[in-house]
Amino acid sequence: MPEFNPGNVLIYLYQLLGWWLGTLGIPAPIVVLIQLLVSIISVGAFALLLPIFTIWLERKVAGRFQDRLGPNRVGPYGLFQSFADVFKLLTKEDITPAGADKVVFNLAPMLTVLSVVTIWAVVPFASTMVGANINVGVLYIVAISGLGTISIMMGGWSSNNKFALLGAFRTAAQLVAYEVPMIIVLLVPVMLAGSMGVQDIVNAQGTAWFIVMAPVAGLIFFITSIAEIGRAPFDLLEAESEIVAGFHIEYTGMKFGMWMLGEFLHAFTICVLTAVLFLGGWQGPFAKEVPVLGIVYFLLKSFGMYFIVIWVRSTFPRIRIDHLHAFNWKVLVPVSLAAVVLTALVDKLVTTYLPGAGDVVRATALLAANVIGVLALLGIFRQGAHAERERLEGGRDASHGEAAHHDEPGEPGAAHASAH
Amino acid sequence: MNLSQIIFLVVGAVTIISAVLVVTLRNLVHSALWLIVTLFSVAVLFVLLEAGFMAVVQVVLYIGAIAILIIFAMMLTRRAMSDEASQTNGQWPASLLIAAAAFVSLAGLLNANAWPALPAADLSGTVRQLGLALVNLNAFVLPFEVASVLLIVALVGAIYVAGEKR
Repeated sequence: MPEFNPGNVLIYLYQLLGWWLGTLGIPAPIVVLIQLLVSIISVGAFALLLPIFTIWLERKVAGRFQDRLGPNRVGPYGLFQSFADVFKLLTKEDITPAGADKVVFNLAPMLTVLSVVTIWAVVPFASTMVGANINVGVLYIVAISGLGTISIMMGGWSSNNKFALLGAFRTAAQLVAYEVPMIIVLLVPVMLAGSMGVQDIVNAQGTAWFIVMAPVAGLIFFITSIAEIGRAPFDLLEAESEIVAGFHIEYTGMKFGMWMLGEFLHAFTICVLTAVLFLGGWQGPFAKEVPVLGIVYFLLKSFGMYFIVIWVRSTFPRIRIDHLHAFNWKVLVPVSLAAVVLTALVDKLVTTYLPGAGDVVRATALLAANVIGVLALLGIFRQGAHAERERLEGGRDASHGEAAHHDEPGEPGAAHASAH
Repeated sequence: MNLSQIIFLVVGAVTIISAVLVVTLRNLVHSALWLIVTLFSVAVLFVLLEAGFMAVVQVVLYIGAIAILIIFAMMLTRRAMSDEASQTNGQWPASLLIAAAAFVSLAGLLNANAWPALPAADLSGTVRQLGLALVNLNAFVLPFEVASVLLIVALVGAIYVAGEKR
């Protein structure tokens, strides 16, 4: 019988299960198989049940932001509201549109949930608890999120509805574009940790979290992640007021529920990834000695990030599609490239010329480099704004003079001039 | 026959069947979706060869980028999504001949040689070794740089084609 260790209680349960199955006379390979299956199902069930709580949390917090109470009728503090919603969705009629492509239509919501749940395979919950500690973990996360894009395009196309197809178009344009800076800044934690394994990245954040060493990269990762989940202010793919819900307009009942499940779970998953890659994951006081504490830190950081996601969602209005792309290609991509070059340069200089310096000096140098980079960026923005304002004011004076000469009704310049 | 051989046979069958469906189905979007299945099962074959990095890169590049691009291009092309167009053009006898010749010569090549079994390698540090080999003067630095130049040329060309003409 395995020895009981209160600090590592989940691993103890895992070993206890193996020991108990062994006493039943089951051969060793099958015992390992059952142990692994139970672990996989536990992580999957945890991930799938989490939205029941996070949906309640989101509605409650968003309600407070909008000076409302949020759900407060079903159960204490409205805690069972999500259960009521699930039962409502389950009892609704399940409609497949007549012109829809049935197989693809039904496959798409499954694929979207699958693409999010499989990310949890590489998430380290504690120093001893990680599903699959593969050495290409970060690349795996990127690969799986591509499947989510495909599922949205499948749903949008197979609905045989022009608004759904428009949503799918926007998805392809937005998600593929925002993947570019996201993948570029993911190089920064990989470089700093010297490994693509997610657990190695968390281990490398013992002295300083990567958000301290690379705040610019962390911020860009967080912004692009919010764009990847398609939430306000980047919710152009479902934009209720323009294309009435986009890719999931034709979905009803629990199939619609699965889109929502996928979205809410993805929203929490990007918080988990931000916490793991930039906020130290399970790192914290005594987390190495008592792995259960690591789970607590991990969840605290993730829910902290989730609060910011809700905050962003209930604060900012939806941005226009040309602004969305200008912001991505003209700001995020160049800045992320600069952040990668800066991090590589400073990190290499510190480790080459100050070999015995240790992590504190390294973190300070990287933080200083980031601060200087941000100041330089703000200077560039300021100059750009000045140039733009001068161009606009010069143009207005010119049109003013022109309008005074012609004074044609209906000409934009004339209306403009008379307004001033 | 052990477990990994059974998995290999199943995955190989899925690869071949989905690849055949890609070229025989009349609906272009269905073809693209079956292409994703094919590419994904090739990634599984990489996993069976313990080439985890190649498997993940296969999914990132081929499914995450190329397949999405294909679907996007089809959605933007008028009438490409209708089932009426003919699947072949006048060149089908010539292409059939070339495809058959390629298959016969490849099959002959595979049968003629006794392929040596590689010894089990240590695959723990694959990504690091790959990165070091790409910047090593005695290894692959020249192809790596040539590929980088090619990518830059393609990027500049894309911007020129898409940009405003002045």
